[in-house]
Amino acid sequence: MPHITLAEGVPGILGPMLFRPETAKPLNQLAEVLLRGPNSLSPAERELIATYVSAQNDCFFCQTIHGAVAAHHLQGNEALVAETKLAPEKAAISPKLKALLAIAGKVQKGGKHVQPADIDRARQEGATDLEIHDTVLIAAAFCMYNRYVDGLATWAPQDQGLYRQQAARLATEGYVGSTEKVAAQAG
Amino acid sequence: MAHIPLKDGLPGIRALFDFRPETAAPLCELADVLLHQPSSLTAAERELIATYVSSLNDCFYCQHAHGSIAAYHLNGDENTVIQVKRDFAAAAISEKLKALLAIAGKVQKGGKQVTAEDVEKARQLGATDFEIHDTVLIAAAFCMYNRYVDGLGTWAPKDLETYKPRAAAVAQGGYNRIPSDIRSHVRATQA
Repeated sequence: MPHITLAEGVPGILGPMLFRPETAKPLNQLAEVLLRGPNSLSPAERELIATYVSAQNDCFFCQTIHGAVAAHHLQGNEALVAETKLAPEKAAISPKLKALLAIAGKVQKGGKHVQPADIDRARQEGATDLEIHDTVLIAAAFCMYNRYVDGLATWAPQDQGLYRQQAARLATEGYVGSTEKVAAQAG
Repeated sequence: MAHIPLKDGLPGIRALFDFRPETAAPLCELADVLLHQPSSLTAAERELIATYVSSLNDCFYCQHAHGSIAAYHLNGDENTVIQVKRDFAAAAISEKLKALLAIAGKVQKGGKQVTAEDVEKARQLGATDFEIHDTVLIAAAFCMYNRYVDGLGTWAPKDLETYKPRAAAVAQGGYNRIPSDIRSHVRATQA
């Protein structure tokens, strides 16, 4: 049961977002810029970073929904998402993304864990300053979203089909306004 | 040295706002709603939660930037800020704020650390759902801001006096003025 009174049947972060629309707005805008805005990293790559950090933080809702969005962008390749969560260095992803995931994993432990050698490795694999910046901020932002979702003990559905459905909607329509759409659906 | 090239002379997160204005806008808006806009928690209480979490995350820039804002709201009482960071149970703050700081400390370790008992205790001391929600989100947000600032190796001034003028400006004007403020600062240093 959630720690505060939230609308019933509304999954994960959407419960607290409906509870407090004033903070939902910048939270959704941040996700939109980081995960869907114009970028040299593909939406799939950025969603994989979000999914990996959420898995490290053991946040069921975030890793499942962003994993489903990543898989949507990867033509339904859920196996690749699972491999990336489990062992990114062995997954069938680019060496650049592996280096960025290594940075994201350090950020998850704490900002000071990121070392010049981690940045050098990413640069040698072709990562730009903006890509390094966005990787750090995506990882940091999911250390927030994950704590928000679990710190209020929100409810998460177990049915993977629901996440696939919602992921298709997020991948095509985006994060801004998503809270209101789900609220209308649940209502 | 920062891990990516940032403008000289801009400390901490302000250099990152300058580097990426697209993400600066929602990051500033979030801080403004959580810390500055109307709430049943005072600005001082909310800045103390931000400062406490930043000190647990060992983020020098954030704990001093927000510690200075908290002190400004407390009429310059820096001792209370230091006491909250060191041992909030012994600080001259309300029992309700102590219960909220305990929740914030759990969030810093991880969302699942927050127990029903932690929340119940805060509620018995008068905390509302809104205040519990905002405490969790302030703590979570500073787990982001702190990692952002340190994960990119930003520069932070060691002289704590230098945090005070900006603390006064933010305490009065809020966080949403920061992006335009950066632009004028950048123009001034380039001139």
